[in-house]
Amino acid sequence: MRVAAAGVDRLRGFMAPVIDFEDTVVLLGRFPALAGLTMSVDPGHIVLLRGSNGAGKTTFLRTCAGLLPVSQGRARVLGFDMTVSRREVRPHIGLLGHGSQLYDDLTVADNLAFWGGAVGADSADQRAALEAMEVSPRLWNISVQKLSAGQRRRVAIAVLVARRPRLWLLDEPHAGLDRRGRDLLDGLLGAAAAAGATVVFASHELDRAEVVADTVVDIGGGRTLAATSLPRGTAGEGTGPDDD
Amino acid sequence: MMTELFVDAARVARKDLLIEWRTRVTINQVIPLGLLIEVVFAFAFDANRSLLEQGAPGLFWVGVLFAGTLVVQRSFTVEGPDGITDALRLSGFRPGAMFLGKAAAIFVELVVLEVALLVGVVVLFDVGLSDPLLLVATTVIGTAGFALTGAIYGALSLGVRVRETLLPLLLIPVVAPILLGGSRALEAAFGISTQPGWNWVGLLTVITGVYAAIGLVAFGPLMEES
Repeated sequence: MRVAAAGVDRLRGFMAPVIDFEDTVVLLGRFPALAGLTMSVDPGHIVLLRGSNGAGKTTFLRTCAGLLPVSQGRARVLGFDMTVSRREVRPHIGLLGHGSQLYDDLTVADNLAFWGGAVGADSADQRAALEAMEVSPRLWNISVQKLSAGQRRRVAIAVLVARRPRLWLLDEPHAGLDRRGRDLLDGLLGAAAAAGATVVFASHELDRAEVVADTVVDIGGGRTLAATSLPRGTAGEGTGPDDD
Repeated sequence: MMTELFVDAARVARKDLLIEWRTRVTINQVIPLGLLIEVVFAFAFDANRSLLEQGAPGLFWVGVLFAGTLVVQRSFTVEGPDGITDALRLSGFRPGAMFLGKAAAIFVELVVLEVALLVGVVVLFDVGLSDPLLLVATTVIGTAGFALTGAIYGALSLGVRVRETLLPLLLIPVVAPILLGGSRALEAAFGISTQPGWNWVGLLTVITGVYAAIGLVAFGPLMEES
């Protein structure tokens, strides 16, 4: 199924898809977590993956990140053939999983410097990323283990922002964030897409996620079930559930 | 290309040393353990001081081996939780840079440990020093070999649930040649043996070179499998 929603900039139609999977099979042990999934995502989209537990959302995100090998079918991400060169795509990917991917014993600033520095983000980029997620400067020199779960999540997202990935892959990105944090994240995703990056995220918080996304893809049994285009533009207005 | 490799390696090493500096695990736990091992040997062989003196080089490396295994273990324990292994794969660091960076940080921590253990050897085992240059060459090259080997086997055990017990089982037999060569060379450095020690330093250099080459090739695939 092709994700190139109506209303999308016409230029994008001439660009190669960011994600291009066709009958893709990914095995976890012997279990086909992706069982012939077909999906194509053009640049600049924000795609919500919707599906029940075990549908294959996380496996799809990890496969796009080059962390899982493709067993059968065709799979290209950012032009890289994932069957032969899945490692080459990785520096261009920003993956936010369930973990914070931060070193507990390092400070917030140290973590930003290490992960951001790996892709050439300078100190100004790192500071701007922390400010974008409204991580208070008084926390910058605090070790990550002393932060609350929500603050850790904000820092983890700031790391992604500093790395400026071309493809954002987010697994339950709103989890652990307060309402303000969710609004900031939604705003960042919109800004990233507007700047030409592509965002694919899985979420069970559909009220909020469907406001951010321009396309919803339903996944079940390791396959794409349906793709639906949504009107975009209400992201960042705080329409999701208030769980401060 | 090579410059980037070393810049990235320095970044990884700095991160590991920063974690050590913040947590002080080597200083507060590993060094006391190494000294405790020496004290235990000193008590065990107290009745025969000449035997203790003769065995001092081997006992020094035994202390380095056991306490150093904890340094290696700690170096990779911090990479395990919270999705950090995935983040490292996605980081953009070359596997070779990660390998050299991890090994460099382990090397620095082991050198600190060894300085304390050498003082312990001199004080507890009544050992004199006859060839300081040989001592420095042996410990530096032997430690580099241990650190490089530790970085390989640390990566190997990264994704294993029982890595705390598995790593010593894997690592200690592999670094046994370093224990052997290091002990023989230190016997000459301490004036215990009249045999030439530099031949053993040559052997340590070859072992270190071989493990450096293996690590540069194997670290990437090991990280993939973890």
